[in-house]
Amino acid sequence: MAFLELNDVWFEVNGKAIVREVSLSPPPGSFLALIGPNGSGKTTVLRLLAGLLSPTRGTASLEGRDMRQWSRREIARRVAVVPQDTHLDFAFTVRDIVAMGRHAHLGRFQPEGAHDRAVIDQAMAQTDILDLRARLVTELSGGERQRVLIARSLATEAPTILLDEPTASLDVAHALETYELCRRLAREGKTIVMAVHDLNAAARYADRVAVMQGGRCVAQGRPEEVMNERLLAEVFGVQVEMYRSRGGWMSFVFHLGPVATEVAEYPR
Amino acid sequence: MTRRDAGTLAGLVLLLVGVVILATALGTANVPPLRAMRILWDVLTGNEGDYPAWQRTVLVWVRLPRVLTAALVGGGLALTGAVMQAIFRNPMAEPGIIGVSAGAAFGAVTALYLGATTFSMLLAPTGAFIGALGCTFVVYVLASSGRGRLSVTTLLLSGVAVGSIVSALTSFVLALSLRQWEVGRQMLSWLMGDFEGRSWGHVALVFPLTLVGSVWLALHGRELNLLLTGEESALSLGIDVPALRRNLIVWASLVTAAAVSAVGAIGFVGLIVPHLLRLVMGPDNRRLLPAAFLGGAAFLVVADMVCRLASLSDLRPGVVTSLVGGPFFLYLLIRSRRTWAATV
Repeated sequence: MAFLELNDVWFEVNGKAIVREVSLSPPPGSFLALIGPNGSGKTTVLRLLAGLLSPTRGTASLEGRDMRQWSRREIARRVAVVPQDTHLDFAFTVRDIVAMGRHAHLGRFQPEGAHDRAVIDQAMAQTDILDLRARLVTELSGGERQRVLIARSLATEAPTILLDEPTASLDVAHALETYELCRRLAREGKTIVMAVHDLNAAARYADRVAVMQGGRCVAQGRPEEVMNERLLAEVFGVQVEMYRSRGGWMSFVFHLGPVATEVAEYPR
Repeated sequence: MTRRDAGTLAGLVLLLVGVVILATALGTANVPPLRAMRILWDVLTGNEGDYPAWQRTVLVWVRLPRVLTAALVGGGLALTGAVMQAIFRNPMAEPGIIGVSAGAAFGAVTALYLGATTFSMLLAPTGAFIGALGCTFVVYVLASSGRGRLSVTTLLLSGVAVGSIVSALTSFVLALSLRQWEVGRQMLSWLMGDFEGRSWGHVALVFPLTLVGSVWLALHGRELNLLLTGEESALSLGIDVPALRRNLIVWASLVTAAAVSAVGAIGFVGLIVPHLLRLVMGPDNRRLLPAAFLGGAAFLVVADMVCRLASLSDLRPGVVTSLVGGPFFLYLLIRSRRTWAATV
């Protein structure tokens, strides 16, 4: 039984389809990358998977039951979300923010117990932010804030984590750390779904990719099955050169126009 | 909760108890403060004292209800101010932001125009309470009648719009009454906020709603914290945001309505007390909410005491809180503009 599933899902706003005919089921214990150009519906698909939006047609289901039959609390224990916008205005400490991940496990009058504290500490250890625990989130860098929000999603103990372009504002080293962390979490049994713009990273780190174009999911499969020059050229409207890197994974170079093979002569 | 926060809360409890005793002991009627304390002690322990009976009467029937009304009103307003600031994620939000105060003013003025005081001192507060809830209800229905979901921005804007319409009606009724000197005076007095002649009847009016509402609101600190991180974030962490927001607004409006209907419009308590405490103890609503109640209660008891003791007998608590609150509000504005300028 699929854990989280979109079945022929449409999402329409004012009669305009943002997402159409999408059927998607992230395989448990693997890293799924959602790729596609801006406005192709990646974020909407993530929000549908998180139950933050309800399909206007088709069904979104969790553990075989329609998403709308679950309470927010029940969903939160099963699906965690790392938002794209990591901006936080209020001067909470890092630990306060990570501890918010425990909300769905605690009753109204129930304070954090030993298990909660252990989970919070482990989440901070996994994301390497234990030494930031007393810092205020308003004083952190973008990369640190991103790790805090990933730690918060780990603190929920949800088996599925959805991430919306978590590397958008990170430098190359922090971005690679984030991908490595996600792959490691998938190896440990988490289901990871990440919307991502970096196609080289998707090819290298993801177990599977789903390609979005104009609200449709036009291809799904293992990166080497799906990410060929022809498909990427068509979906992204660019010219693509593909190489094999020394590590054996696919690597792409993109061009706006036709690939230049000779140096153009300077016009007189 | 850290030890420092527990210390701050314990300090605020002591401060509140201290100012309540002090405010009851001090006054213009000739009861020496030390004897006043002994009378209070005798009242609490049920002893008879060997002092003139009128002194005990002044304390028990005049000062104590007035001080307790001020404490309940100040506490309720500061707490709901903190709650509104969290719901709207806006530092300038205050308890009357969705039209409660405007509705209360209209209700009170209308009741006074219809001659309420000739029947009972409690009819004007009742009118104010009905006006407050009626106005909030209209704002809420207008804001949620749009496409399904209740948007915070729509709520804010319809609060401002309905508030200004109701304020215009209030001015109209006031203008109608200005020829009758006594009625006009009562209205103005109410609009300025007034603790004069507050009885145990007023305490009974404010106490149940303030107590139940404040406890209910204060128990939702964790949810409010999550709400501060954004609506989608709160939803994905397991909060039913629309239901939570509706319940918070209903309870905050009830507490605010109880407060403003008992004493009239008291500005800025709900704005500055939460901000001052946030500077001291941070944004965590689990400790901020109880602290705001205690701090607001102490603040308004002191403001009222200053008015009673000041030789200018026409100083009003609403004037005192606004004279302190206005400059603080401006300071906040200037400071937020400065940080905004620094980040751009």
